[in-house]
Amino acid sequence: MSGDTPLLAVRDLRTHFHTFSGVVRAVNGVSFDVGKGEVMGLVGESGGGKSVVGFSILGLIDSPGKIEGGQIMLDGEDLVSAGEARMRQIRGREISMVFQDPMTSLNPLHTVGRQMDEVLRLHSDLDASARQKACVAMLESVGISRAAERLGAYPHQFSGGMRQRVVIAIAMLAQPRLIIADEPTTALDVTIQSQILKLMRAQIADKGASMILITHDLAVVSEMADHITVLYCGNVVERGKTRDLIEMPAHPYTRGLIDSIPDPSNRQDRLRQIPGSVPDIRNLPKGCNFRDRCPRAQAVCREVEPELMAQHATLWAACHFPLKPGELA
Amino acid sequence: MSAPMLEVRDLQMHFPIGGGVLDRLRFDSKGLRLEKPVVHAVNGVSFSIARRQIMALVGESGCGKSTVAKTIARIYQPTQGAVLIDGEDVAGYGFAQMLPVRAKMQMIFQDPYASLNPRQRVRDIVAEPLLEQTKDAADRRDVPARIEALLAKVGLNAEHAGRYPHQFSGGQRQRIGIARALSVTPGLIIADEPVSALDVSIQAQILNLMMDLRDEFGLSYLFISHDLSVVHHIADWVGVMYLGFMVENAPRDVLFTQPRHPYTRALLSAAPSIKAKRDTQEISLSGEVPSALTLPTGCCFRTRCPFAWGRCASERPKLQDVGEGQTVACHLVDEPQRDTL
Repeated sequence: MSGDTPLLAVRDLRTHFHTFSGVVRAVNGVSFDVGKGEVMGLVGESGGGKSVVGFSILGLIDSPGKIEGGQIMLDGEDLVSAGEARMRQIRGREISMVFQDPMTSLNPLHTVGRQMDEVLRLHSDLDASARQKACVAMLESVGISRAAERLGAYPHQFSGGMRQRVVIAIAMLAQPRLIIADEPTTALDVTIQSQILKLMRAQIADKGASMILITHDLAVVSEMADHITVLYCGNVVERGKTRDLIEMPAHPYTRGLIDSIPDPSNRQDRLRQIPGSVPDIRNLPKGCNFRDRCPRAQAVCREVEPELMAQHATLWAACHFPLKPGELA
Repeated sequence: MSAPMLEVRDLQMHFPIGGGVLDRLRFDSKGLRLEKPVVHAVNGVSFSIARRQIMALVGESGCGKSTVAKTIARIYQPTQGAVLIDGEDVAGYGFAQMLPVRAKMQMIFQDPYASLNPRQRVRDIVAEPLLEQTKDAADRRDVPARIEALLAKVGLNAEHAGRYPHQFSGGQRQRIGIARALSVTPGLIIADEPVSALDVSIQAQILNLMMDLRDEFGLSYLFISHDLSVVHHIADWVGVMYLGFMVENAPRDVLFTQPRHPYTRALLSAAPSIKAKRDTQEISLSGEVPSALTLPTGCCFRTRCPFAWGRCASERPKLQDVGEGQTVACHLVDEPQRDTL
């Protein structure tokens, strides 16, 4: 990764949920870095733990969930041990979040202007008129015309794409150093999605911020991210530079995910599929979590949980029998 | 050649929307009148699907693709137009008349969590359409064996038959929905976003299953999706919809290699891909889809089209044949010299 200290360093993060039907180890020993000005893609299927990683970083894990161990270092400061008062300063100011569903992440009872103003009231010393100016400028920079007038509008008066622009504007307002975007375009149509992705990339480059892009969509992440981390059942199974990971993945799960996407330039009658489905996370098997779905699994995979090991190119994968470049699973 | 499995001619579906009398009362030069606002969901769509063929309808939310599906399934009564299933026009049929037709046409829904009754066991869910079609007591005795065979076909086993939907994962539930649709051995399956609620690895399983079943039973599919890579994989023929209009309709390979309508081109260039970065997007769109309450005059796409000129506002383009089975509704076909950015 980059030579100087990363903006965010997550080490051995473990977030568990203590439910009546057992302990859900949603995040179970996840480590990764996000460099300054870098976009890190966090990929996986539902139940992989990717959203819980995002919520853990922001300290938004409620009972019965608990961060059981590990460190989240933001520029040298550990967020796991930071108190709620300190976290309230950090949220929105240092780290902000863009959620999946723009229909539910804005308050329907307040005007957009008031919801934007709140961020600046909490995180800046500007007076009312300077705050309004900043809000107007930010709305314009995310491509909303007649911004001054739109400040008085309620969320229901905007379309889905426009609401997600407002959410991004709110996230960028206090000029945070890190933005966590959790499936920011999943609810949007493809032509709107490409507008929003372009906008986010421009905003990040412009302000020099970093981003964690959480998504299940490998195509989106491969166009946006510098590095990708792949999660499966709460563990990192592979990480590396985007092009290396997409073009020559070492972990059979990553390979399977990529092969499951229909490829228009190489059409086949049958898609290569990953057999079976994600195991019950309350009751994970011993050894490798992926072994029951893995074509390469052998006896050792039932016994020993693989560690993340350096592979070819920039890749790190947790697999006893990693793939060589170009090898099929 | 026999009649196509499905033929749709000039299908229109308009939904009047409510609102109190006082909300709709208008006073203008002609005096007092009651306004009747209408959502123009589908505005004259025609296409046909041959036997064993998979036709996909693509477009963004609000383009009317699901309404087309539901109108063909006669969940809605079409405002105008003909729906010929196996040569039989069902557009005006009532509920009882539709019953035998439903043995030829079944539907698979998007959300496998909402489309199965949580209080029914799997065997009852799958058997329901079949029992509806078999009234003879002797035939009914064969139903349990048939259910078991169907479950095996879609990759579930006999012990699953006694369970409830909540005991299954999303992919397995979609398999149950497919078994239910197959129970009456239909010729046409209308699949409305059947894989968009599923994870990508499960999505591949379901797509493969649908292809296998097509080959085994000779099914035709009307496949509704917004995901172009899925459509490219599964469809033989693709129709692109925008604001209730069919703007382009072509065989798959023709549509993906030489899209003609500016909207199709924008849609293809906006789709993210895991391939290495393409140079620049051919057409990128600004703005959003206009309201279906008041359609734009002329071409439905002109408000977002980078090529639009005067003629597009005054004259609505008709679908015209441009060869290789491709039809396009765009004035650029007549005036190709304007196709420059």
